[in-house]
Amino acid sequence: MRLQALNALREREPSSDDLERIYRSLRLIRRAEEEIARIYPSDKIKSPVHLSIGQEAVAVGVCEALAPDDVVSPTYRGHAALLAKGGSLKGMMAELYGKATGLTGGKGGSMHLIDMRHNVLGASAVVGTTIPVAVGYALAFKRMKSTRVVAAFFGDGATEEGVFAESLNFAALHRLPVLFVCENNAYAIHTPIAKRWATERLAERVASYGIPAARIEDGDVLAIRAQAADAVAKMRGREGGPHFLECRTYRWREHVGPNEDYDAGYRSRAELAPWQRNDQLERIGVLLAGGHRAAIDAAVEREIADAIAFAEDSPFPEREALFTDVFAG
Amino acid sequence: MSSPASNARLLSYVDALAEAVAQEMRRDASVFVFGCDVDDHKAIQGSTRGLVEEFGAERVFNTPLSEDAMAGVAIGAAMAGMRPIHVHIRMDFLMLCMNQLVNIAAKSRYMYGGQVKVPLVVRSVIGKSWGQGAQHSQGLHAMFMHVPGLKVVAPSNAHDAKGCLTAAIRDDNPVIFVEHRLLYYADAFVPEEPYVVPFGKARVCGAGGDVTMVGVSNMLVECLRARELLAEVGISAEVIDPISLVPLDIETIVRSVGRTGRLLVVDNAWTCCGASAEIVAAVAERAANGRPLQARRMGYAPVTCPTTPALEAEFYPDPAKIAHVAHAMVRPDATPWRPDQRHAELAYQVKFRGPF
Repeated sequence: MRLQALNALREREPSSDDLERIYRSLRLIRRAEEEIARIYPSDKIKSPVHLSIGQEAVAVGVCEALAPDDVVSPTYRGHAALLAKGGSLKGMMAELYGKATGLTGGKGGSMHLIDMRHNVLGASAVVGTTIPVAVGYALAFKRMKSTRVVAAFFGDGATEEGVFAESLNFAALHRLPVLFVCENNAYAIHTPIAKRWATERLAERVASYGIPAARIEDGDVLAIRAQAADAVAKMRGREGGPHFLECRTYRWREHVGPNEDYDAGYRSRAELAPWQRNDQLERIGVLLAGGHRAAIDAAVEREIADAIAFAEDSPFPEREALFTDVFAG
Repeated sequence: MSSPASNARLLSYVDALAEAVAQEMRRDASVFVFGCDVDDHKAIQGSTRGLVEEFGAERVFNTPLSEDAMAGVAIGAAMAGMRPIHVHIRMDFLMLCMNQLVNIAAKSRYMYGGQVKVPLVVRSVIGKSWGQGAQHSQGLHAMFMHVPGLKVVAPSNAHDAKGCLTAAIRDDNPVIFVEHRLLYYADAFVPEEPYVVPFGKARVCGAGGDVTMVGVSNMLVECLRARELLAEVGISAEVIDPISLVPLDIETIVRSVGRTGRLLVVDNAWTCCGASAEIVAAVAERAANGRPLQARRMGYAPVTCPTTPALEAEFYPDPAKIAHVAHAMVRPDATPWRPDQRHAELAYQVKFRGPF
């Protein structure tokens, strides 16, 4: 089912430490979002949430290939990318609660998460708009003679925006260190690709700009990790320039909100089944040494409980905050 | 600016723009210039002349015709610590950047809780005459004034062009820098050294007691010509250049109107929801002395800009039309007056030289 071109990378088998780290990251995202979904009906969360449950492997696999000072540019479905990059779970949870201690002090909510201390750029609720911003960040890195790279996440819908094509061309022209990562979950809100694309040859379209492009069909976190690592190594190398990764994945919950929506009529539960059988959390989990998995699970639960307690105990912002940060300086 | 500084010399608006950028690029390695045609032989009508030769293609470069993405690239580079100047040879082309400017540039500081800043200058030129027509003539500054998080500045002379552009480059926020093509070859005394014309401080360009006239961008020059025409019939007009529209120095205008009781705002744009509407409303809200306020707005005719001179002349306010309206405000009971046509030539047809 998987496409080829990974042979060289497969030689880099992950160590048991790697697997534990990958599992922990997948587990943290899954459980944090399940908790968000559990809390959501209480109306304590003051922000629409676009959950990544089912899609975690893309963010985790790509972030595995990045150094701490590399940068990610997430989407409004961005909890996964933020957490996979090491962003603050406490800050994120408090932000969802609209609290002063949130990542943006209650100004941005779930759709505008940012954590510059951990090199997570801000997300946007207007599809595709962060792609050129990420490219601009990479332009600055190149001008500064840095070897840092930017991983720009976006969905399949964003590739239909004109700015996507403009950004690809400019990044290729200037050989900028951007890893374009398309999280292709096959739906733009509720509209399937068949109603939006004349052909599914996205990676070919991108390759025609002079950008090396790969497609990973089955959401295999280790394949994504290997492919991303290969791209990043080349981006830091003599040749430099952007790379493109299309990762097929599947959104298990509704577009926005905490629930499933398989009774809505636009997709069937049968479509979900192979993705659930292929759940990367379980797949990596069974590879861990006995006892380690339970220890990681327990640590993740503590971390999430702490973040929720932090969000609940934090104050709302003072009224005066309404007028701060309209302008810098 | 009433008396030229000792090291000031007459310089055109276009050369003042180029000088400001060159001086800031020498001073700060993070400044770079990009946009369609910035490095070709025409150099954005001369305003980027000499930059690529001095600073090289890494810091002065042409772009694909991708205004939307290029605006985003500028924002990203600004967030990463650079100071981009994104140049558009006509303001009309900013419509292609609107999503990035309104949804990202204006909002990033706020919606990201102060974690980033966007020190970005967006230069654009309003066209006029020679058949510029529907899509090369629009003054769209009001669209940007509407959105919190953007500064909007529209200098009317070479001195302010240099000082405002220097200020814009040094500003930590996105600045929409509005130029006017007909001002490009107008000279003013411009100091050689770098200096800043601060935003949010209007300038009284000519004192008067009968009516306050506020002119935006090129219309400031037209107002000054109208002021001369009005003087011929004994009407004394005070002319104010707001210089920056966001932030707007409303107090200087309110103070003047407090004396004259009459406000005429002439914008280089349509009046509907425009800068003129904002200024009149802001003055009306602040008029606390109980004196009735007489206010008028002038701007583009409420139509699309035509190309033929026969219709274009009707489209724009000019000194004669401005003087006519101001006269009617000051002397409502007098016979409507129209200035001598010989004196009422468009201001740009007379070589205009600052300082005022």
